[in-house]
Amino acid sequence: MTERSWHDMGGLPAGEMDFSQHDFALWEKRVDALMTLATSRGMFTVDGLRRVLEDMGPEAFETLTYYERWIESVTRNLVEAGAFTPAELAEKLAQVKARGATYGEASLGASDG
Amino acid sequence: MPHDHHDHDHGHGHGHAHHSHEGMSPSGHPYRADQDAPLTDAQALEIAVRELLVEKGIVTEAQIAEAIARMDARSPAMGAKVVARAWTDPAYKARLLADGSAAARELGADIDALKLVVVENDAATHNVIVCTLCSCYPRTLLGLPPDWYKQRAYRSRVVIEPRRVLSEFGLDLPDEVAVRVHDSTADMRYLVLPARPQGTEGWSEERLAALVDRDSMIGVAVPRLPAGDEAAAAG
Repeated sequence: MTERSWHDMGGLPAGEMDFSQHDFALWEKRVDALMTLATSRGMFTVDGLRRVLEDMGPEAFETLTYYERWIESVTRNLVEAGAFTPAELAEKLAQVKARGATYGEASLGASDG
Repeated sequence: MPHDHHDHDHGHGHGHAHHSHEGMSPSGHPYRADQDAPLTDAQALEIAVRELLVEKGIVTEAQIAEAIARMDARSPAMGAKVVARAWTDPAYKARLLADGSAAARELGADIDALKLVVVENDAATHNVIVCTLCSCYPRTLLGLPPDWYKQRAYRSRVVIEPRRVLSEFGLDLPDEVAVRVHDSTADMRYLVLPARPQGTEGWSEERLAALVDRDSMIGVAVPRLPAGDEAAAAG
């Protein structure tokens, strides 16, 4: 017996169209670029990206933004690919958060064009 | 990297004379909060992952900047060029409908390995594209997808009540026109070839391409003549 997964939403009832639109922030574009570059280097595939997104479940879909979900999935796929270890990631994250309270401050010099 | 307006705080008068609305980007949309708002977990993760990949020699900051520049350079203009060529060159149109990827590459589009399927609108049939499972989209021809394309309302409803959804876009199709909805996958993307508007006989490709917008290539709109041209065509 199979049950359809939450992401298989074609044909289900849903609300009115919402036409509000945002331009992407730099960090979101960087997530997209990391995905493009990691897959072009054969580290994982779009199927790997989707596997993690789908496993995150409907709560993540409703509460996180698109690229918030993507960076989680990209990170998990990169760990699985051996690009870095969870310990290395934890250490780096602590460094990043210690740098400052905003994206600009936490980004070192690389955030400026 | 090229000048990126997201890098700066969003005060105005930095020579961005084309900014038409206060607090809006050049495309007329609000910016997402970025540099000045408190650091989010996702942003911290992006910084950490990026720096680790650079330290490990897997990518460089320059390659990331180039990837962003390539993405920013993509727009519906590429798709419009393909459509306008198909409208003016029957042999090209035949190639486009037979093998969308190859025909799009002929015009310099970067299609990668994915299969592009072009579906043609005519008097009897209207096509519309969706990705019910996620957000697959012909981004090399149209740029990044609009927010609504990725949201539940569109993905869920357009496959069961396309006419009602199209009507929310302001497109009311006559009952005698059949609506076909094409569900994309990670490896196969669709592009709608809209019908060429009447009254455009003899127009250049460039002028025709200007009629073709993103929504008409997704299939939630159809190209229309500007009001002045419409009157001229009728007269």
